[in-house]
Amino acid sequence: MDLLIELFSEEIPARMQARAAQDLKKLVTDGLVEAGLTYAAAAAAATPRRLALTLEGLPAVSPDRREERKGPKVGAPDKAIEGFLRGAGVTRDQLEERDTPKGAVWFATIEHKGRPAAEIVAEVLEATVRGFPWPKSMRWGVGSLRWVRPLHSILCILTDEHGPQVVPLEIDGLKAGDTTRGHRFMAPGEIRVASFEDYVAKLKAAHVVLDPTERAGTIWHDAQQKAFALGFEVVEDAGLLAEVAGLVEWPVVLLGDIADEFIELPPEVLQTSMKEHQKFFSVKNPGSGRIEKFVTVANRDTADHGVTILAGNQKVLAARLSDAKFFWENDLRQAKAQGLEAWTDRLGNVTFHNKLGSQRDRIERIAALAREIAPVVGADADLAAQAAKVAKADLSSEMVYEFPELQGIMGRYYAEAAGLDPQVAAACEEHYSPLGPSDDVPTAPVSVAVALADKLDTLTGFWAIDEKPTGSKDPFALRRAALGVIRLVLANGVRLRLDQFIDAQLLKHEIARARADDAHETEIDALEQTLQEIAKHGVFGAAFDVVLKALHKADKAPPTHDGSYLARVRETMPDLSDDLLAFIHDRLKVHLREEGIRHDVIDACVNMPGNDDLTLLVARARALQAVLDTDDGANLIQGFKRANNILAQAEEADGVEYSYGPDVKFAEDETEKALFAALDAAEAKIGPAMISEDFAAAMGAMAELRGPIDAFFEAVQINTENQILRRNRLNLLARIRDICLRVADLTRIEG
Amino acid sequence: MANTTLTQPKSFQEIILRLQNYWAEKGCAVLQPYDMEVGAGTFHPATTLRALGSQPWAAAYVQPSRRPTDGRYGENPNRLQHYYQYQVLIKPSPPDLQELYLGSLEAIGIDMAMHDIRFVEDDWESPTLGAWGLGWEVWCDGMEVSQFTYFQQVGGHDCRPVSGELTYGLERLAMYVLGIDHVMDMPFNAPTAPIPLSYGDIFRQTEREYSRFNFDVAETEILFRHFEDAEAECKAILDHPATDPKTGREIVMAHPAYDQCIKASHIFNLLDARGVISVTERQAYIGRVRALAKMCADAFVLTEAGGAGA
Repeated sequence: MDLLIELFSEEIPARMQARAAQDLKKLVTDGLVEAGLTYAAAAAAATPRRLALTLEGLPAVSPDRREERKGPKVGAPDKAIEGFLRGAGVTRDQLEERDTPKGAVWFATIEHKGRPAAEIVAEVLEATVRGFPWPKSMRWGVGSLRWVRPLHSILCILTDEHGPQVVPLEIDGLKAGDTTRGHRFMAPGEIRVASFEDYVAKLKAAHVVLDPTERAGTIWHDAQQKAFALGFEVVEDAGLLAEVAGLVEWPVVLLGDIADEFIELPPEVLQTSMKEHQKFFSVKNPGSGRIEKFVTVANRDTADHGVTILAGNQKVLAARLSDAKFFWENDLRQAKAQGLEAWTDRLGNVTFHNKLGSQRDRIERIAALAREIAPVVGADADLAAQAAKVAKADLSSEMVYEFPELQGIMGRYYAEAAGLDPQVAAACEEHYSPLGPSDDVPTAPVSVAVALADKLDTLTGFWAIDEKPTGSKDPFALRRAALGVIRLVLANGVRLRLDQFIDAQLLKHEIARARADDAHETEIDALEQTLQEIAKHGVFGAAFDVVLKALHKADKAPPTHDGSYLARVRETMPDLSDDLLAFIHDRLKVHLREEGIRHDVIDACVNMPGNDDLTLLVARARALQAVLDTDDGANLIQGFKRANNILAQAEEADGVEYSYGPDVKFAEDETEKALFAALDAAEAKIGPAMISEDFAAAMGAMAELRGPIDAFFEAVQINTENQILRRNRLNLLARIRDICLRVADLTRIEG
Repeated sequence: MANTTLTQPKSFQEIILRLQNYWAEKGCAVLQPYDMEVGAGTFHPATTLRALGSQPWAAAYVQPSRRPTDGRYGENPNRLQHYYQYQVLIKPSPPDLQELYLGSLEAIGIDMAMHDIRFVEDDWESPTLGAWGLGWEVWCDGMEVSQFTYFQQVGGHDCRPVSGELTYGLERLAMYVLGIDHVMDMPFNAPTAPIPLSYGDIFRQTEREYSRFNFDVAETEILFRHFEDAEAECKAILDHPATDPKTGREIVMAHPAYDQCIKASHIFNLLDARGVISVTERQAYIGRVRALAKMCADAFVLTEAGGAGA
């Protein structure tokens, strides 16, 4: 038998249709199979008003089934046995006693008679409808049934050689039948259906194309044909095509003109406005390279072949674009007359976050930071600061107010119009990047400086006010910001000591807060002085201590006793900074996982000095991963761990640290002597390699120790009776440990 | 389906009158606009409050609406800071609401055989009202002519039964039906009237004045203060015990409190137009208005009209 199901409703959102068709198929087929009803083939489809499913080759009746169920022990209390009988639906004389390793046990054999397909289908479909996983569902009228929009009818028929049979089924007053309806406007009447083939054919006659792929194919084909006939090309947009195919049952493609007065608008504006508001495809003139026409898709044929519909669409577009043009011209006029800094000034009225000041305050901080980062990334410091000052100016523009997704893109246009340096204009657009894991990373130095400053200021700002991401909650997109920092640094090989910048930026946020909280002038002064010293000392703590010492000497020190404001800052600031760096390291692990670098490899490298220089950290991690991927590398780790374990045990038992150098004159065994030689050779290579940051060479030299270490452990007993030999061997192990730990913290490597 | 005997409307007011007649014939009580500044027809208590509770309801009305940020000094062909919405609310939503709605389009002269009508997903949410529903924006030849919503929640309360809400943007719809390109050119009364008046004759002046006022003049200090006052007043009204000491009756003052909620919401819109509310602060202000709306909804369901004791 063949099964046909159609769930006919008010318009289903385009974005949900494909998934819903698949869910319908899965839920129904899973349910049938579980109930013992197999099928040969299944297919599902969706239109704006219906979900349809067809199954071929169902048996008329599900096969009989026997189930064996193990019950209580023989001699168990009557109560237990009666409960079992009830559950299994058998009588006491039907039980069978069997011996098991745990003694005699009652067994029941339950006969499940096969059931008619219609009965099973009805049950499964009802459960499917009631539990359908719509992303969002609703109630309507007085009912309690939930569906994506009001559900109007259910078609459910089983067809065999004798013809179709309606499956008896009723859900909240909706009785299943064998009828549906055609196109809402072109063929609204009722249609009686006998089979899937009949259904598809009658729908088509009633101006409904059931298959979404067919609808999308028709739209794309017709759109290209119409554009091609004029020598134009349609701008591809797979997402838009799928969406538009979900908005129509009877697609009719219409090609329209963009009025001349709008063609000079930036193409991004045209495309965004047409796509977001009208769901139009952009059509390009390859000659001029501009977007000059559009394609819209109507849901019906008309007597005038779409002339009225197209005229209406053109009118709507003209209204939209005249809005856009108004914004564009106003913005351009202002950008040329006043420059972009006037827009930035206006952002002084816009709060970024009530604990982090206005957008302009934020821009000032980013500009100062961009100036400091500039030399590290090879950018001109003045240009970087200037770029940061205008990079977000377009947030004040009318176009971006209307189309927030055009932020940055408009900034670039306006910066160009204002006659700013091309590097500055580029930074306006590029400093937001990278937005996602696959977004391009800027490489122009000025853009990199502003992009890094923007993200670091955001991260430190929200860390300073304790608004870190928790679980799935990340309202300020801080994970994305951290990944942005990582990708900017790695893609450009930037050698940035993050600690220093994080500490300085955290301190700036703290100073701003201290000012707002009316901290004492001497306290603020001490923090300001510390800020000046951070670059010299690398981190906040060291700089702060130096400043306070000097102030004490000069007898100008603010209070620093326990519980004082400054004591609290001294205590919390380094933790905050460590915590943020650890967060960045965590994102780095996620980022490098795709590259095949294990998280424990990164841990091993994070535990080394200089871990705030991400470029260095990743170079080390890549080298370590590469070595671990070799036989020598993997075995060396085992050798290292063995050495480390023996040493750790001995050190604990003896209460000493074996850090005296071993002496080769106490070496007895040949392998022992060879290990001395190998360690000397490795050390000679590793030292210079580490200085020149050639981790591959250092790790290679380390991996060469594998043979000598293995041979040594094979031949030599460490914990020998002779205490001199034992001590010397333990010191030799300590040398292995010291040499290996110079390249990475191998104790962190798992396995 | 096309009713070819029906003539095309000639003016803005004729379209309004036809909608009034149509929905009156379909059984709606034709109400008058609410006498306060609101951002949309939904704010009228005939929608917001009446969507709550179990009592059946069917109402239609025009509501003047204000969106200060949309002011364009009367120059933009389509944008106004003051415009009209036509609003229909029926509870419980009838099964043929889509057909009823399409009938209203025919009544104002849209021939279904020549136009492309589409129901495009648009989940409606009013963060300030703590309300949401599922539905569509209705497109006619690519233009949004209405919002169609099945209310699921208002003021944090589940809607049982569910109301169906229709909102028509009257200027836009009328311009389309009348074939007008600039809203100010649209005939307001009959073009053949002894004194024909265009939309611009009536509203160009006010659009200019309010655009300037909304964007650059409205005193933000005063507005911030008024917001606080409305918020405090709303809470104070609801803090009164239900028993009126004078009459001895149970009188929960949901509507007077809701007026203050409407006020706070409009003041927030003005502050927004003045550009003095940041993205993050916005959330906080919206949350404060929502808290008021929720309190009013909580109060309304305790009243007779709100279905208490039904």
